[in-house]
Amino acid sequence: MFAYIIRRVLYAIPILIGVNIITFVLFFVVNSPDDMARLHLGDKYVTPEAIVKWKTERGYEKPLFWNSDKTGLEKFSDTIFFDNSVKLFAFNFGQSDSGRDIGYDIQQRMWPSLAIAVPVMLLGLLINISFALLVAFFRATYIDIWGVVICVIMMSISGLFYIIGGQFVISKLLHLVPISGYDTGLEAIKFLILPVIVGVIGGIGSGTRWYRTIFLEEINKDYVRTARAKGLTELTVHYRHVLQNALIPILTGVVVVLPLLFMGSLITESFFSIPGLGSYTIDAINRQDFAIVRSMVFLGSVLYIIGLILTDISYTLVDPRVRLES
Amino acid sequence: MPFDYVLLKTDALLYVLLIFTGFYVVYARQKEHLCIPWRQVARNKLGMMSAVILSFFLSIAILDSIHFHPALERTSDDVEIQYSTEIISLFDVIVEPLRTRVEKTYSAPFATHAYSKETIEQANGETRREYPRLVYGGSHLENPETERTVDIIKSSIVGLIKGLIASALIISLLIFRQSKQAKISFKERLRIVLQAKTEVPWQVIFVTFCSMMILVFVSAELSLKYHIFGTDKVGMDVFYQSLKSIRTGLLIGTLTTLVMLPFALILGVMAGYFRGWVDDVIQYLYTTLSSIPGVLLIAAAALMLEIYMAKHAAEFTSLAARADLRLLFLCMILGITSWTGLCRLLRGEALKLREIDYIEASKAFGVSHMTIIFRHMLPNVMHIVMISVVIDFSGLVLAEAVLTYINIGVDPSMESWGNMINSARLELAREPVVWWSLAAAFIFMLGLVLSANLFSDAVRDAFDPRLSGSK
Repeated sequence: MFAYIIRRVLYAIPILIGVNIITFVLFFVVNSPDDMARLHLGDKYVTPEAIVKWKTERGYEKPLFWNSDKTGLEKFSDTIFFDNSVKLFAFNFGQSDSGRDIGYDIQQRMWPSLAIAVPVMLLGLLINISFALLVAFFRATYIDIWGVVICVIMMSISGLFYIIGGQFVISKLLHLVPISGYDTGLEAIKFLILPVIVGVIGGIGSGTRWYRTIFLEEINKDYVRTARAKGLTELTVHYRHVLQNALIPILTGVVVVLPLLFMGSLITESFFSIPGLGSYTIDAINRQDFAIVRSMVFLGSVLYIIGLILTDISYTLVDPRVRLES
Repeated sequence: MPFDYVLLKTDALLYVLLIFTGFYVVYARQKEHLCIPWRQVARNKLGMMSAVILSFFLSIAILDSIHFHPALERTSDDVEIQYSTEIISLFDVIVEPLRTRVEKTYSAPFATHAYSKETIEQANGETRREYPRLVYGGSHLENPETERTVDIIKSSIVGLIKGLIASALIISLLIFRQSKQAKISFKERLRIVLQAKTEVPWQVIFVTFCSMMILVFVSAELSLKYHIFGTDKVGMDVFYQSLKSIRTGLLIGTLTTLVMLPFALILGVMAGYFRGWVDDVIQYLYTTLSSIPGVLLIAAAALMLEIYMAKHAAEFTSLAARADLRLLFLCMILGITSWTGLCRLLRGEALKLREIDYIEASKAFGVSHMTIIFRHMLPNVMHIVMISVVIDFSGLVLAEAVLTYINIGVDPSMESWGNMINSARLELAREPVVWWSLAAAFIFMLGLVLSANLFSDAVRDAFDPRLSGSK
């Protein structure tokens, strides 16, 4: 088990190097730092001196991969690639283009993101699984058919609609909670209610439908027939046998996204002006702050790979048939 | 009317896609095993219903993809024809009144008066602040307060009748053809269709078709007199914008797949077929790409495009060409982020296929790898491609709105549902609320995505071999 985890972590390294190179090529090779400087300074202020100044402030005046002016190891380490990409592996994110420490910002903004993402995930899971169980229990009846139809309709509605509709009805017409904003401590709760509700409702359609398929697949298996043949009631069959076995695919599906919860939701956070990592990314995109976008790409990939490793481990924990050593 | 044809890049790709589809239809008709799943799709009531609705969306998108510079009016006969720099489409010509009848600013759906008060000078020199009449919306009415409701009902009934007549004509033509083919009388065939005794649910298809035609004619009749979804900030008809957005949505849903398909197909099948180091390299490639969160990769690429366009500003002669390039680029980026899932599926399927006897046999006969891949493997993974193409479509249409909202989607000058939502979002704070742009965008999006979802369910049921046993 331990050896397996070590091996998986080692496998992750080439992938992260790949991600790193892709982002580096996207941000520095396809468009040179000169272009970035021009875009940032705007048409009016573009003079060669201004560009050089902008680049020096951010350390972009160095060569891309190989600094032939230096000696020894510095030939490699005193370059843009080393400063901006290699250091990411030590989670040293450096400074944003506007001069703030990205690592510090990420630590600060992680918590509001989690405050929304975790309740949305837990509540969503609870509600979706209950609905799916209900629909699967009444399979091939009108409840099932209409349940699926409603799910498809809910899936077809744009997520933006849920957010705008929720803000409009709950905050503007009914004045129950503030439209958007954030506060520290317990005061934050009143700002969190609406985003959480909207997040949960937005996920019901696809979630319920997905879990229903898992349950139905499980219900058609032999052991369920055996359980019924033993004379167990349909309810016992569902809760004691089907639910427990269906939890394996459900759990592993959840574990993959767990680490990504840190990243928050781009859209929700920016609509509700919550100072999380999602809105941080969006602001960076809109301000064209390349350093932040680059860091977030790297962070996102790391978290995704952690999620994959956790999934494999959780498989062995919940499903004794799976052996990692093999 | 003289015109100067323009071929936009996305138009060309759409034509390519249509030609491919045409080839596929011709090819599939000759192969019995390809016809079977499609016949099952054709038997699915919900599936056919949504297919009819989708075909209406598709026709609008195709009409909207034939672009040209219209000719300017000549001052005298001996002057050479001058073409406008503006690019319009065939669809614009059809809905000319919708495009040109521009009000000053916001107006509510079916409004006859403007949204905001204006100072109006009266005949006797006094000024008064009141809601002015709209230039076009309901301008034919003498006394809007009393006549409007009656007029709307009247126009709707006219539209309804026209729609009924038009659809009755087309449907009876179809039934006549079917009766000829089955060598029965027209009456007999009509009875069979009405009693829903046909294998393909023609009854459902005709009812859907008829309702869509009525919808088209009623909205056409009404939109000539009113702005049925109101107007936006600069007085453009919202109904027109929603119709134009159909092309953007459809193109993103289909071109993305077209762009990614070759990569996913060839790499996926190669990885599964050759195994060994080829497999390792391809797996490494898609794992790396898929571990970058999609939105962030798109954002990064969109930023890069921004810089590229700023650098090469001179190359874009018109706004339309610029917006078009951006749409194409968005499709490509979406394609790059979404091909990994399909590639993984195809690799798995190819791994299974290579062990099957007929592949072994062709290897034993000394058939080359290329021939095995193209003649024996590709046709046998097509059902996976088909399923994933239709399933991805609706997700991509929804993604467009979200991406446009965070400014990394289509060009702001291009009509799209995302842009409509984006610009209308802030107007909800106005008093009275400006809700119609949002509502129109959401209704159209729901229409397209819901029918696409239902259709994709039908296709998946028919093509997925795992599902065919349980039904």
